Amino acid sequence: MIEVTDLYKEFDGTPVLKGINATFEKGKTSLVIGQSGSGKTVFLKCLLGLLIPEKGDICYDGRHYGEMTEDEKRNLRKEIGMVFQGSALFDSSSVEENVMFPLKMFTNQPYNQMLERVNFVLHRVNLENVNDKYPAELSGGMQKRVAIARAIVMNPKYLFCDEPNSGLDPKTAILIDNLIQEITDEYKIITVINSHDMNSVMEIGEKIIFLKDGVKEWEGTSDDVFRTDNKAITDFVYSSNLFKKVKEAQLKEGGL
Amino acid sequence: MLQQVFKSPQKRSIFRELIFKEIEDLGISSIGIVAFISFFVGGVVVIQTALNLESPLTPRYLIGYASRESLILEFSPTLISIILAGKVGSYIASSIGTMRVTEQIDALEVMGINSLNHLVLPKIIANVFFYPFVIIISIALGIVGGWVAGNITGLVSSTDYLTGIRAEFEPFHITYSLIKTSIFAFVIATVPAYHGYYVKGGAIEVGKASTRAVVWTSIVIIVLNYILTQMLLGK
Repeated sequence: MIEVTDLYKEFDGTPVLKGINATFEKGKTSLVIGQSGSGKTVFLKCLLGLLIPEKGDICYDGRHYGEMTEDEKRNLRKEIGMVFQGSALFDSSSVEENVMFPLKMFTNQPYNQMLERVNFVLHRVNLENVNDKYPAELSGGMQKRVAIARAIVMNPKYLFCDEPNSGLDPKTAILIDNLIQEITDEYKIITVINSHDMNSVMEIGEKIIFLKDGVKEWEGTSDDVFRTDNKAITDFVYSSNLFKKVKEAQLKEGGL
Repeated sequence: MLQQVFKSPQKRSIFRELIFKEIEDLGISSIGIVAFISFFVGGVVVIQTALNLESPLTPRYLIGYASRESLILEFSPTLISIILAGKVGSYIASSIGTMRVTEQIDALEVMGINSLNHLVLPKIIANVFFYPFVIIISIALGIVGGWVAGNITGLVSSTDYLTGIRAEFEPFHITYSLIKTSIFAFVIATVPAYHGYYVKGGAIEVGKASTRAVVWTSIVIIVLNYILTQMLLGK
């Protein structure tokens, strides 16, 4: 379990996160949602240790991040898989080299064994015959899948995804969402996804945390999102005409 | 920054691979342009020296001597380093800068890899150990270029030129040249890496960082050239 307690982060005196408390559980896909500028990415970067919070605690299965030595932090990061918004694949390396990179860095496996593992995870994310291709030769959806393959190749305990389906068409976005959820269930990992995509909330949001102006405004499940009276989250959810119409239709049918 | 750069590499086999890759990218790929420039500048140095030593009282072998000293003391170590600051410095700043703005450096950090050590130390080692060879090639080709130019123009005979090349040879000048080169090589790896690593923004900022890196690397080389010359050759 990841426990976040009273997390504060500011930039040049401007607070961006104002006392966030949250827990993320094993085998569950948790979504952190909110408008652009709400602090989602900063929150995720604090969880990853890429930003140091001014105050608060992040505890990974009983290990307090703030109390760790540099070596302990590096060791913890080996248990983390991350899918970046822009995939962040090494553009001068092939797909195979990208996915194999963590194995080469952190294991002493022979090449054939590493290749077997690479092919297994590429197959797992439904990619075949792309080993020798370079990231620039792949579509956005394929790049995301390679990024997921690289993130899970070391069997991480924690998987973080920053806007994993931004820039993707709705069908591919749903494929990516479902893939992340399947992997979370299959490997019983703790998955935290930053998103502002309501489709993702509907598809995979087992737990939703809504951030507004650096504050945790609401927390619940994907079903609760459509039932809550919280004005901030209803404004966010029903800012889309599609969802407004869905709500109106459901109200007419007495569904909500 | 340098404290992180000089930490022990996380995996030596990967680190060795990176060094060889950097030697290829930063060193071997520069030999062509260095050879071309050195050959022709060697020729120009001989022609200009010959035209400035027209007095019949001045022995012609001094053309070879003066050309050799110019190439060893200044042209090869300093001017070639400034050319490499442009070629290699912009490559280092833009490649690391692009990695920064496309989150590839964040990806390394999240994996638990010391990105400064992983990206910059192999470049420093490749530069510091390989550039002296590049400069030796430059000196040799400059001397050959001078000999060819002297022969073609008839300004200095082969005998005079070769006599001059061997006259009053001071081995310490080669040492001085290689010390300068190694220090400039360190600057060519670190200053652009700094500008690339800490870039913020997008493609335009990467371009600006690359330009800034070349300008600052050249300035640092010029200033260090003066200081090192004063320290190593000054009385």
